[in-house]
Amino acid sequence: MNSISVRALLVRGMLAGLVAGALALAVAYFLGESRVDAAIALEEAHSHDHGGGEELVSRTMQSTAGLATGVLVFGVAIGGIAALVFCYALGRIGRFGPRATAALIAFGALLTVYVVPFLKYPANPPAVGNPDTIGQRTTLFFLMVALSVLLAVAAVIFGKRLAPRLGNWNASIAASAAYVLVIGLAYAFLPSFNEVGKDFPASLLWEFRLATLAVQATLWTTFGLVFGYLTERLLVPKTGAVTSGGGTTSHAAAAAS
Amino acid sequence: MAQTAAPASVATPAVTPISLKAIAPWAVFFGILMLVLLYFVGAEQGATAVISGEGVHEWVHDGRHLLGFPCH
Repeated sequence: MNSISVRALLVRGMLAGLVAGALALAVAYFLGESRVDAAIALEEAHSHDHGGGEELVSRTMQSTAGLATGVLVFGVAIGGIAALVFCYALGRIGRFGPRATAALIAFGALLTVYVVPFLKYPANPPAVGNPDTIGQRTTLFFLMVALSVLLAVAAVIFGKRLAPRLGNWNASIAASAAYVLVIGLAYAFLPSFNEVGKDFPASLLWEFRLATLAVQATLWTTFGLVFGYLTERLLVPKTGAVTSGGGTTSHAAAAAS
Repeated sequence: MAQTAAPASVATPAVTPISLKAIAPWAVFFGILMLVLLYFVGAEQGATAVISGEGVHEWVHDGRHLLGFPCH
């Protein structure tokens, strides 16, 4: 394949990311914003030195245009990166077609980029978190994401090495177990933070964190499905060619040349 | 475009991997660009700052919280 197909895949990845971002934005707005507002109300009830009337960006702007900017840019960016990962993974991780490869990457990314770091360093609503430790918390959060992604890549390589001896099923179990073991060690040895105020409602914290999980699950699921659909249409034959078995290969070859 | 020489007997066609040479320039340029975008959404004017002030932080404040980044 030439670089034109990399370009085509990258464009589709960013488009799928934008669509995924739009859906995630709806989830964030309807499930998340009420919790953010509730947390800010608590924050302001406790400290009156938080700016007061002279806000830089109004709450209305933050919860609409600001939120949209953040989530959509995030969607496009992860879509682009996932598309580049897809370019490398396609045909290299096993006998998976474009659609299945896209779904596997999206599911793997949801787990390794969000869920695994989230279990150690969960998302915090406004009013939770000590401003003095923001540097440390940011470093550790990104360290955890990087560690999780690198270990997942290592686990895939490890699994592929084991596959000829153990078979695909058992090799996958062994590689996953190794991943879980090392992540468990990281959880145990990296510092934790408990900066939730004594009077911050537990139910609000739980609902906020669940909402962030819903945002990410929506984002990655939509991305996987939309990108899978787009790549399948790009790399595998049009629907008319389903009747002949050879159609698949000839069109794939045509797309590859 | 249509090449008819492909054998009809192949059940699951193995996908030809894209060569690393073809991916590399795109991966380097767009990979870095995408990471810069993620940095501005996720961390700018939080722990570190390239641009002074709080405009970026305040603008993406809600997105940052709801995407799970440490915000403040």
